[in-house]
Amino acid sequence: MSYHNPYTPPRKSATFDDYTLAEIRRAAATGIYDIRGAGTKRKVPHFDDLLFLGASISRYPLEGYREKCDTSVVLGARHAKKPIILKTPITIAGMSFGALSGNAKEALGRGATIAGTSTTTGDGGMTDEERGHSQTLVYQYLPSRYGMNPRDLRRADAIEIVVGQGAKPGGGGMLLGQKISDRVANMRNLPKGIDQRSACRHPDWTGPDDLEIKIMELREITDWEKPIYVKVGGARPYYDTALAVKAGADVVVLDGMQGGTAATQDVFIENVGMPTLACIRPAVQALQDLGMHRKVQLIISGGIRSGADVAKALALGADAVAIGTAALVAIGDNDPHWEEEYQKLGTTAGAYDDWHEGKDPAGITTQDPELSKRLDPVAAGRRLANYLKVMTLEAQTIARACGKNHLHNLEPEDLVALTIEASAMAQVPLAGTSWIPGKGGF
Amino acid sequence: MDVSVKRESLEAMRVFDLATTPLRELNSALHAIAPGTNDTNFEVVNPRGSHAVAVGIDQPVTVEVRGSVGYYCAGMNDGGTVTVHGSAGPGVAENMMSGTVVIEGDASQYAGATGRGGLLVIKGNAASRCGISMKGIDIVVQGNIGHMSAFMGQSGHLVVLGNAGDALGDSLYEAKLFVRGEVKSLGADCIQKEMKPKHLKLLAELLERAGITGVSPEEFKRYGSARTLYNFNIDNADAY
Repeated sequence: MSYHNPYTPPRKSATFDDYTLAEIRRAAATGIYDIRGAGTKRKVPHFDDLLFLGASISRYPLEGYREKCDTSVVLGARHAKKPIILKTPITIAGMSFGALSGNAKEALGRGATIAGTSTTTGDGGMTDEERGHSQTLVYQYLPSRYGMNPRDLRRADAIEIVVGQGAKPGGGGMLLGQKISDRVANMRNLPKGIDQRSACRHPDWTGPDDLEIKIMELREITDWEKPIYVKVGGARPYYDTALAVKAGADVVVLDGMQGGTAATQDVFIENVGMPTLACIRPAVQALQDLGMHRKVQLIISGGIRSGADVAKALALGADAVAIGTAALVAIGDNDPHWEEEYQKLGTTAGAYDDWHEGKDPAGITTQDPELSKRLDPVAAGRRLANYLKVMTLEAQTIARACGKNHLHNLEPEDLVALTIEASAMAQVPLAGTSWIPGKGGF
Repeated sequence: MDVSVKRESLEAMRVFDLATTPLRELNSALHAIAPGTNDTNFEVVNPRGSHAVAVGIDQPVTVEVRGSVGYYCAGMNDGGTVTVHGSAGPGVAENMMSGTVVIEGDASQYAGATGRGGLLVIKGNAASRCGISMKGIDIVVQGNIGHMSAFMGQSGHLVVLGNAGDALGDSLYEAKLFVRGEVKSLGADCIQKEMKPKHLKLLAELLERAGITGVSPEEFKRYGSARTLYNFNIDNADAY
């Protein structure tokens, strides 16, 4: 009897998958690591792994479309004479003019203003258009101090000291020369066309004791009017939150690894920092341990996409959230309308992340005047306002179902987890059990 | 001297004793100055190392500080003239926009950090990172400066009559550095450059503005950016 070796299909390595192989070849061909925008693309435990329980015999719900469910939030009442009051707890995260076009910044300001929330400057300073179109504008105080000046500090509604961001805790940035227009160069006191490094550390303070003095200086300069936020990436959320509170912050902004960036190394985005879900409970615990929960507000960002995500973040103890990538999508980023042009750039709508190259077909992550013109800031602002409104309504829908008359009344008890990982991170029981890994001896 | 004029100017001097008066009152009074007012002379006594003394000035006031100060004295100064008759802690005149800040003694780290304009004169020594990320400020140090000074300096001028520590001008952009003494080492992409007549003229003006006499611009060497790191190139990776 003759033996025929049966066919076995070719098997690719799980470790060396197609993407990994392509990355090795790309690195070998170019000698440069991959730079890109946005946040992590790997799958990490997230809000999708949590569910709300809703009402039952022991919990009664509120009437949809009838009974009030408040969404307002006050930020910065700890020390500031003029705290921020927002209609919705969904804010717009810091994104720079430079990384984004002027029209994109205007659209973010318009949309946030219609929705009754705040928007935030970025690494590059404040533009008049942005200030003019944003009813409530948070002014970022960054290591590079590009565009930093006392006049803008005083015309801001709040100040956000940026220590880190979720996409790259411990990393600075680089705005490549091709995005440095005359205006961007002028705002940053550098020649046109050269790469602009954004420092990873502040130039004039190091550590929490210095930060306390820096916060005091900023309060003195602005006559104690402005709330002072401290933004950190998702690295050591318990200690970072505690130290920010100790340093005198009014608000802590905590950005998980799904949070986007204008540009950094892919290896950084994918391998440094913790998922948003893993950051919230330690930060809330720090606030509770210090007796400061709800006195110092916690803003969570990194991968917030829907009202469900908002409700889950708030249920875990956050006071508000911030959106960046989702806001860009709402105004037109990665829209299939531009598919033909994405194809020419070697990508596809939904995957375009070469934001640093300044060729964005949607006219958002660019300084090219012709591309920028494609974005109508009025219409785009309207889309963002619509989106913010939908998210707020969604969060209210869930809160009412849980019997809550304010989004802040949502609590961990309203949640269960679908996976053991999410259960451990969010510290809510695995669905159908009373088990939380790490609690009760297991 | 006309005695009546002298008395009038003395009477106009507003004195804040930080041993008995909260810092808030001083800075609040400085911020309350209306444009065009004559009430612009301030004196601060007993600063006792206080932080954030005379920060956020936005009018052409004169502040005489009798003693040493802590962090961020004259931070974000925009048009004021602040003299510290003592030494200054970290970040003196940080992010200065315009005006003049004079330190009679020594200055700690980050003096003039990210400054955008104005003149900072340090009559003693300045510690590390003097002029870090400077963006247009002019800094004149009569003594020595510490390591990593003018790190990532973007524009403006740093003049040092003494010596400079390690890694001067690391990752420098367009700031111009003049050192009369020894430079322990230069940072990445910082090189010595030819002192041309226009630089001698510029330096002479800076020395004059700082009130320094008896020192010739010819005694200095000029340092600036080699500009090799201006656009990312993988072959430069060993530079940092």
